[in-house]
Amino acid sequence: MALQYEPIVGRYATIEIGGRACRVYIEEAGEGIPLLCLHTAGSDGRQYRHMMADPEITKDFRVIAFDLPWHGKSNPPVGFHEEEYRLTTDLYTDAILAVADAMELDRPALIGCSMGGRIVLNLGAYHADRFRALIGVECADHQTSWYDTSWLHRGDVHGGEVCAAMVSGLVAPQSPDEFRWETLWGYMQSGPGIFKGDLYFYREDSDFRDRTDLIDTKRCPLYLLTGEYDYSCTPEDTERTAAAIDGAQAVIMKECGHFPMSENPAVFRDYLLPVLTEIREAG
Amino acid sequence: MTGEEIARTLGRLPELVNGNAALVRRGKTLSGEFLVQADDVPIHIRVSEGRIEAVETGPFRMRSWRFAIRAEASAWARHWDAMPAPGYHDFIAMTRLGVARIEGDLQPLMAHLRYVKEVLAAPRAAAGRG
Repeated sequence: MALQYEPIVGRYATIEIGGRACRVYIEEAGEGIPLLCLHTAGSDGRQYRHMMADPEITKDFRVIAFDLPWHGKSNPPVGFHEEEYRLTTDLYTDAILAVADAMELDRPALIGCSMGGRIVLNLGAYHADRFRALIGVECADHQTSWYDTSWLHRGDVHGGEVCAAMVSGLVAPQSPDEFRWETLWGYMQSGPGIFKGDLYFYREDSDFRDRTDLIDTKRCPLYLLTGEYDYSCTPEDTERTAAAIDGAQAVIMKECGHFPMSENPAVFRDYLLPVLTEIREAG
Repeated sequence: MTGEEIARTLGRLPELVNGNAALVRRGKTLSGEFLVQADDVPIHIRVSEGRIEAVETGPFRMRSWRFAIRAEASAWARHWDAMPAPGYHDFIAMTRLGVARIEGDLQPLMAHLRYVKEVLAAPRAAAGRG
């Protein structure tokens, strides 16, 4: 029997991000409206593999996921060994716009989860004309700190083990074991200090309560989807955020945690497909 | 459940953990003592290379431990529900919810966080097996 390849194709390209040449890994599947996908802190674009293999999605959407520099199969920039990685709002925004420009994407839709959900609000406030719709998964305008992130990068604690163990409870108990552990594997594989460096953006550099009133959902619709088991970005955090933005549509997803697209793709698609249908019908 | 009932449940940890070779292997580099508290009942747990050597219920006059995980007895009971409610499904989540707190030297806990989480969730899995 002939080998059955998945429909996902991955390629590398060098893109200037934050003034530095970065070798970036990009995966995609499908045709139609570009849908740019942003992974969570300390992980990579593999989290979107189920959406890329879902014909119901890829018949109308060109699903594209890239690994941020320092993540997954994207290299850190040259000289990384002498510096401490820290993601900032400016650098993250630049990375997203640079990838969209380099790929010549025409007003893509964008979906981001966790820190990817947070940056959605900055894009909605300052770059709405670049996107046809924004989907913030596990998205809130800010988060109060709830643990000491220095534990994520120390000489006397294994980084991969502790990163995965810290986030393991963010997967809902109903999620299938296969996908729970695949999601955690991404954290186990993360480079040293990368999850912590992403959380610098998430905890220290992204209190977006100052810009939610700049988001005009008539120019760029905003959808918020949050899992009921997410105690990092809680349902209350998302509902508070939605209440601050006219026209934002928030849905709390049953039996989902912080990584819906990778921890329970079958449940997540039931919430995502109606959103994608609205985006498609809006043109 | 009362604090005493939580202590009795945790008293089953040697049988629940030591027969689980994969779990013992994950704790292979952990030896030492930690405390679990349910309301005002302290439960002292001694680990040797991933095996639960002893579980004793206080009060204690003199007792050493490296780290403590303290929660309301009702929160531990909910932690062990077959399908725990959001916030009770993980003891780190319980700290976020404000029904648990973690104290002491956190290094051995953080270095073996998956192991300790699975040990303290073991009564749930046992209940699931009927």
